[in-house]
Amino acid sequence: MAFLHWILAVLWVALTGQWSLAGLTTGWLLAYGVLWLTHPHGAGTYFARVPRVLRALVVFLWEIIVANLRVTYHVFAPLGRMRPGIVAVPLDLHGDVPITMLANAITLTPGTLSLDVASDRRTLYVHGMRIGDPDSFRREIKSSLERYVKEVCE
Amino acid sequence: MVEWLVVALLLAGTFFMVVAGIGIVRMPDVYLRMSCTSKAATLGCGCLLAGYALQVGDAGIAVRAVATAAFVLLTAPVAAHMIGRAAYRLGVPLWVGSCCDELKGAYSPGGEFLQSRPVSQVRPPHPSLDP
Repeated sequence: MAFLHWILAVLWVALTGQWSLAGLTTGWLLAYGVLWLTHPHGAGTYFARVPRVLRALVVFLWEIIVANLRVTYHVFAPLGRMRPGIVAVPLDLHGDVPITMLANAITLTPGTLSLDVASDRRTLYVHGMRIGDPDSFRREIKSSLERYVKEVCE
Repeated sequence: MVEWLVVALLLAGTFFMVVAGIGIVRMPDVYLRMSCTSKAATLGCGCLLAGYALQVGDAGIAVRAVATAAFVLLTAPVAAHMIGRAAYRLGVPLWVGSCCDELKGAYSPGGEFLQSRPVSQVRPPHPSLDP
C-alpha cells in the first residue's frame, strides 16, 4: 500500500510538471485521499499506521529540540549540575529493526547515548547526561521514545 | 520574509554547532562528549541544510539537502554508539560526578556476552559518587 501511495504521488508530480517539494506534498496528500476512498480501513491497515508514523516523527523532532536546549544549558552551566550515568533500560520491543530504531533515536537525542544491547536483546544500556533517578529516567524513555517506536513497528 | 527565516535557521544551526564544539572541549569524559556531538549532527546540520534549501529554493537542491540530512541522521548515531561502546569496553572511566553505572560487571570476562539485567537487581547509586 505504501508503494502504491508513492507511485500515485510521483505520478501526480509527473503529470502536473511541478517538480518541487510542494508539488510532491500535494500529490502525496491527494493520493492518500484517493486510497482512503477506495480501500478498506480499520485497525492494522495502512490508514492506521500513517498517522502514527507522522505523530512519532513530530514527537521525535520535539524531543530533539527540547534535549538540545537542555544540553546547551549544561554546556554553559557549572559541571556539578549534571548527573550523568549509565542506566539499564528493559526493552519491550522484539526484533532487531525496532531495537535499532530505538537505539538510534536515543543516540540522536542530545544528552543520551545508547552504549550496548544485552546479548538476549532484552536490555538496552543507555548513558544519560542528566539522570536524577535511574527509575524515572527509565520511565521517561519507555513512555516517550519506546512507545512511539512500538506503535510504528506494530 | 523567507530571507529572515533563512537567517534565523542559519544562525540557529551555527549556534548549535558552536555549542557542540564548546561542549566537546568542556565535558569531562568521553561519553558526555559523544552526547554533545550528536546535537551538532541533528539540530545544527538540520537547521543549516534547511536554511540552505530555503535560500536556493530549487527542488533539486532541496531534495539533496533533505537526503543529506537523512544520511547524517542515519550514520551519526552509529558512529557515536560505536565510539562510546569501544570506550566503555576499553575501560575508559566515567566522570567522578556520575550517579550510577548499571553496565558495570554485565559483560562476561571475554567481553563476547552481555548479560541482561532485571531492574530489581540494579544496585542503588553509590553514595560516595554523589557530587
